[in-house]
Amino acid sequence: MDNVELLSRIQFAFTIAFHYIYPPLSIGLGVCLVIMEGQYLRTKNKVYEELTRFWIRIFALIFGIGVATGIVMEFEFGTNWATYSRYVGDIFGSALAAEGIFAFAMESAFLGILVFGWNRVSPPVHFLATVLVALGSIFSALWIVIANSWQQTPAGYRIEGTGMQARAIVTDFWAMVFNPSSVERYSHVLIGALLAGSFLVLSVSAWYILKQKHVVHAQAAFRIGLWVAAISALGQLFTGHQSAEVVTKYQPAKLAAMEGHFEASAPADMYLVGWVDAKTQTTTGLKIPGGLSFLVHQDFKKPIPGLNSIKPENRPTAVNFVFQTYHLMVGIGMTLIGLTLFSLVMLYRKRLFQTRWLMGVFVGAVLLPQIANQVGWYTAEVGRQPWVVYGLLRTSDALSQAVRAEHVLTSLILFTLVYMMLFALFLYLLNKKIQHGPDIQTTSQEPGLDSSSRMNPILH
Amino acid sequence: MDTVLGLDLPTWWFLLIGALISGYGILDGFDLGAGALHLFFRKEQSRRIALNAIGPVWDGNEVWLVIGAGALFAAFPLVYGTILSVFYLPFMLFLFAIIFRAISIEFRSKEEMRWWRTMWDISYSVSSITISLLLGLILGNLIQGLPLNARHEFVGRLSDFFNPYAGLISITVLSLFMMHGAMYLIMKTEDRLYAKLTIIANNTSKFFILCFMATSLATLIYVPHMTAIFKAYPQLFILPIAAVLIVLNIRRSIEKRQYRRGFISSAVTTALLLILFAMGLYPNLVLSNVDPNGHISIYEAASSDGSLRTMLLFAAIGMPLVATYTVFMFWTFRGKVKLDEHTSY
Ligand code: HDD
Ligand code: HEM
Ligand code: HEM
Repeated sequence: MDNVELLSRIQFAFTIAFHYIYPPLSIGLGVCLVIMEGQYLRTKNKVYEELTRFWIRIFALIFGIGVATGIVMEFEFGTNWATYSRYVGDIFGSALAAEGIFAFAMESAFLGILVFGWNRVSPPVHFLATVLVALGSIFSALWIVIANSWQQTPAGYRIEGTGMQARAIVTDFWAMVFNPSSVERYSHVLIGALLAGSFLVLSVSAWYILKQKHVVHAQAAFRIGLWVAAISALGQLFTGHQSAEVVTKYQPAKLAAMEGHFEASAPADMYLVGWVDAKTQTTTGLKIPGGLSFLVHQDFKKPIPGLNSIKPENRPTAVNFVFQTYHLMVGIGMTLIGLTLFSLVMLYRKRLFQTRWLMGVFVGAVLLPQIANQVGWYTAEVGRQPWVVYGLLRTSDALSQAVRAEHVLTSLILFTLVYMMLFALFLYLLNKKIQHGPDIQTTSQEPGLDSSSRMNPILH
Repeated sequence: MDTVLGLDLPTWWFLLIGALISGYGILDGFDLGAGALHLFFRKEQSRRIALNAIGPVWDGNEVWLVIGAGALFAAFPLVYGTILSVFYLPFMLFLFAIIFRAISIEFRSKEEMRWWRTMWDISYSVSSITISLLLGLILGNLIQGLPLNARHEFVGRLSDFFNPYAGLISITVLSLFMMHGAMYLIMKTEDRLYAKLTIIANNTSKFFILCFMATSLATLIYVPHMTAIFKAYPQLFILPIAAVLIVLNIRRSIEKRQYRRGFISSAVTTALLLILFAMGLYPNLVLSNVDPNGHISIYEAASSDGSLRTMLLFAAIGMPLVATYTVFMFWTFRGKVKLDEHTSY
């Protein structure tokens, strides 16, 4: 592997992973904002208005960094992956342009109204702007995820030209859009984003509850966040399972890597935790023998093609990495289901907000969906190697011819420095906004919102 | 070849991308210009007003860049890959400037400390200037043509890009944006800041006219291929004449203190200059200055007709929407900026 390739891959992975911290938060938070402001319009309860204003300030911070890092992503296709851009331009470019036209323009325009427009538009128009911003962010994930799905499971195309001049041409637009993995992937990504956003709301609210600050507001937000999170956590298991079925069908090499399955044709096990040694081709750990075979064929004994059934040059190399990231994601998924369902029970029993250890867990749990989102993509993207476009274009053939290693090294170093600074500033300002909390004018506690806190001696 | 309303699809996309880039130049042009002028405002209050004047709109303006680049990717992937990879380091610098600009606007007023605000003010202004200069640098080199061989491979060096003509274009773009930004801010401000800006508008417009004349002269002498089209179609000469008249109109409007009209004229100037550039290119998108076979024409670079047609439909539905949001946004935030407890910056 030459240096340009290695450096470009590192740079792409680093910049996209960093970008992907923010959009899921905006998508998830956007939906929570719609619920909060909707509640305000419905009940006219000031608490919800103050909550909405508070979370919009945080939304704007996250959004700003999402935009700045997103523009980098768009340009990077051309700067570092020029051959790839030409190869997929017919397919990929349209997705990207559609994203700009339909999603980003809507999002950015109405964000101005969200943040600056409180006194300039009426409450219903403001609410409309909130809905449109949330929709915009949901759409902006749509097109790019379709594009990514196409490169995982290409469909609706033909190849024109040969060698370095080859490129994919759309023959059937809708087959391209609804390629075999896009519905499963988009729903899984979207729910992952809802988890990221709702857990941010939960974390901040739990912290206020622990500190006994803004308790009424925090409890109201917590309820909203908890419902979103619980429904999403269950949905994530379902859509994740569907994604796994798509992988089984279309990317057998990736599936084999995800479960560390080497034998060319043997029943495959399913691991809860484990370790893959690619040299000796052994996987050890806690397993359900034949579990993967059962999931795929409903039969513990049926064989699944392993890595050895695939030509060596077409196998993903980082098998243990794919295995670990995949299992971490699934483990977190299960944890989130347990945590949110348990908390719903506690809420029903009116003991949720008094259980301090549980609130403490929620303060830290904001990291779990973030980690799951990251490692889920590592599974999908590293497991896709050595292909950029699965089965069609190799990563090593996709580079820009005009770019030299020292240029990529320069930009990579700068990205590392600038993004580290950006991240530090982000945390600093986020913390500051959280410390400041919502601007509260309501003095008396609103009825109906604080029934559990009123019964709670600790809080009064 | 497929045509729509008598024009073939690659030509439609050539026009559309031209329109998007012009839209970007006009819209982001004024907030980049405002940024470039930022350090001329000395008082804290003035700086806050200047920031709040662009606060709700600059992000929406930048979306035109995102759409324009996406459209170039979609319609002419070969050109997208070539231009971006050939200008690798300039574009990286451009991206860093975009990042710094965004966070400067966002972070500046979040802390009271003087050093904090000064630091972000400088970063905001420097990044705005850098973006304007880099846009000019890239434009200047595209006007002259790139060193591409017959297989469209880059055979030059990075240092080739830093030549006097490209430098001149960079300064011209910066001066245009500063003038444009000054007139935008005038429409948004009152009292002393207003008075100060009228002086700035006056000076920057004189500076721009100087640059404009120098650029015209240099283009006539050094890049004759850009003006060749007027030999073939003398009636098109009306466009450069229109450009000169509009530029003069900017001066006239400023002297008569009709800043709205001046602002519109400078917007039209931006579009006209890009149209002149596009006419020099068509039907190519990228010119080679070493081998005529190295030119990349729209037909060679275009995506399939099917894709172009679908995308044209998207654009026909989407662009009116984008225009509606843009108008709605500017209308909502019309009038002079007032600082009150709800202002964000
Ligand atoms: C909060 C985030 C989150 C959680 C809890 C889960 N996932 Fe996930 N997963 C993602 C977030 C994510 C993701 C980041 O959104 C990915 C990356 C690529 C993609 O399509 O979605 C992903 C990818 C992904 C893939 C790979 C798709 C591909 O390679 O094409 C599979 C098989 C699963 N997931 C399965 C699951 C299962 C069985 C889970 C059990 C509950 C699970 N995920 C929880
Ligand atoms: C949906 C939009 C996405 C697209 C279109 C996309 C596309 C790409 C491309 C073109 C590459 C470089 C070529 C290669 O190494 O194969 C890549 C690599 C990579 N991407 Fe993605 N990606 C997307 C989302 C993500 C996200 C959200 C993450 C992580 C959070 C991610 C993680 C990675 C990693 C880790 C690599 C490096 C893989 C390797 O080189 O081994 N991707 N992706
Ligand atoms: C490599 C692929 C990607 C590219 C080229 C890309 C491009 C961009 C661009 C250009 C922006 C700024 C838009 C603006 O100016 O408003 C942006 C923001 C955004 N991106 Fe990405 N993006 C990529 C991956 C992703 C992924 C994987 C998701 C979600 C699943 C995503 C979701 C968003 C969202 C929601 C925003 C709005 C800003 C925010 O809410 O934080 N993007 N992206």
